[in-house]
Amino acid sequence: MDAAFALIAGHANYWLVVILMMIGLYVAIARGNLVKKIVGLNLFQTSVFMLYISMGKVEGGTAPILTGLPATVYSNPLPHVLILTAIVVGISTTALALALVVRIREAYGTIEEDEILEIERDVGSKS
Amino acid sequence: MLQALLHQLPVLQIVLPLVAAPIVAAFGGNGRGWMIAFATSLIAFAVAATLFAEVLDGSVISYHLGGWAPPIGIEYRVDILNAFVLVIVSGVSAICLLYARASIAAEVEEKNHAFFYATFLLCMTGLLGVTITGDAFNLFVFLEISSLSGYALISAGAKRDRRALTAAYNYLVMGTIGATFFVIGLGLLYMLTGTLNMADLAARLTGYGDSRTLRMGFAFIFVGIALKLAMFPLHLWLPNAYTFAPSAVSSFLSATATKVAVYALLRILFTVFGFDSAFEANVLRLIVLPLAIVAIFVASFVAIFAEDLKRMLAWSSIAQIGYMLIGIALLSHEGLMATVIHLFNHAVAKAALFMVAGAFMLRAGTTSIPDLRGIARDMPWTSAAFVLAGLSLVGVPLTVGFISKWYLVQAALTQNLWPVALLVVLSSLLTLTYVWRITETIYMREAPAGVRRSEAPLSMLIPTWIFTGLSLYFGIDAGLTSMAASRAANALLGASNLFWQ
Repeated sequence: MDAAFALIAGHANYWLVVILMMIGLYVAIARGNLVKKIVGLNLFQTSVFMLYISMGKVEGGTAPILTGLPATVYSNPLPHVLILTAIVVGISTTALALALVVRIREAYGTIEEDEILEIERDVGSKS
Repeated sequence: MLQALLHQLPVLQIVLPLVAAPIVAAFGGNGRGWMIAFATSLIAFAVAATLFAEVLDGSVISYHLGGWAPPIGIEYRVDILNAFVLVIVSGVSAICLLYARASIAAEVEEKNHAFFYATFLLCMTGLLGVTITGDAFNLFVFLEISSLSGYALISAGAKRDRRALTAAYNYLVMGTIGATFFVIGLGLLYMLTGTLNMADLAARLTGYGDSRTLRMGFAFIFVGIALKLAMFPLHLWLPNAYTFAPSAVSSFLSATATKVAVYALLRILFTVFGFDSAFEANVLRLIVLPLAIVAIFVASFVAIFAEDLKRMLAWSSIAQIGYMLIGIALLSHEGLMATVIHLFNHAVAKAALFMVAGAFMLRAGTTSIPDLRGIARDMPWTSAAFVLAGLSLVGVPLTVGFISKWYLVQAALTQNLWPVALLVVLSSLLTLTYVWRITETIYMREAPAGVRRSEAPLSMLIPTWIFTGLSLYFGIDAGLTSMAASRAANALLGASNLFWQ
């Protein structure tokens, strides 16, 4: 019992990341609505940001701003910087995906995957 | 002055197209965009060729961005392998842009031309960046630059067929999942080593041994890149994307995007992981090798029954990626050589074939195979290019395809994997079947009554024939490509610990 508790509590951040990641991946794969898929994709990416940021934490460490005191322990700032870049990539992806959804809506009149597939199948059988 | 410029070549390779892209977007109206983009790609090719000449003797150029020494700073690292890929990417970009002018004028709306060429340059920047960088996180950023602009380029085919939009959307979802997997794996590696520079990662992983974190990191990175390179069964985004993209884009992406992903895989597998633990070699032997063989047969069968020329070529690409993966999975000098040489050989052959499809699209208005009956009568030069490049895809002697398959079969035979060698040879028959099917349709069937199609314009014929000519020239005299491939394979194996075990 104690071992199980330690496994969960000791790695609480990883458990949260894994749960969030799976929810996001599931939504991105299973949802038929194109906007909801993007929401899932965003959740999935955000979980990875959390993974990185939680890994940069050093026990007893302070914010990585130079204090001048030799005894200060700093958290690792590098993961934060990396994730800043990854967030920008995520925003661009979301923006592009939403732009595509707008165009799809103009072209097909729907953003439901099954309806789009049906329209495409009809076109395919005619041409 | 000149010497100072030479030292900056690695960064110029990336910065030139990156800076040219917004210029094209802002001032690219009235055909100026095409001119700037084409000039930029020519300069990029000259830079890549210079770098290639410099590292041909096996030396390595290390460029420190902003003067920060690695592993703190980002490093651009040019060796024979990625210089070879740089030449492929920039060369293909230049020739595709030459072709794009007439083709894109017909397939993309006039008002979007400036943005189209700006996106094209960005995609090229990303692909060159993935190739040149020596920093694993930087690789992710460039991968996403190339992928995001790639999605936009594919959706530019929406004027002709709205399905380009859904194809781009699906590619975006799959591609983003792949890229995110790559980042997860990289995070796990960072957790283990505290570094992101590839050479530094490799040094710290050597002798690290085995752990679950390392295995998970390997698995995530591997699956992430496998999605990007359309490894069977993660290939589902590719057929629609290449079918509905504008023809110049299909030609460009098929010749570069998946190739650069194969390069990234090679770099990560051999330079970073280096087969320190048996786990990595087992993944290749037990999972990748069978999947690659299945990919070749399944994708070739689908290609045989495809109703559309571009869709057939797209499925054929998936099969050809299978050959490259077999070469990697054999884990030998000959196998790697076959993979590296096939990177080049498939790029020129498939680019030529997609250009032929684009020429048919321009003159006949369709690439549906039944509608192309007898088109060789009206477009003899385009059709001849199709046959020659198609033969190269099959692997007939005196074409580049033969060189790749020769090395691949030899690599399999030296390891006594004769079933693999046999399957590779057999699969060529399937390739012959689908190439023959098109050849028969365009040469031997009667053209529909009253339909006349004029020959493609010179600006499209010349790039098509440059690629066709290259696929013949390097099939007859493979000295340069096989030397580069051999040295690249040596460098890869030298960096890994494969033969220590």
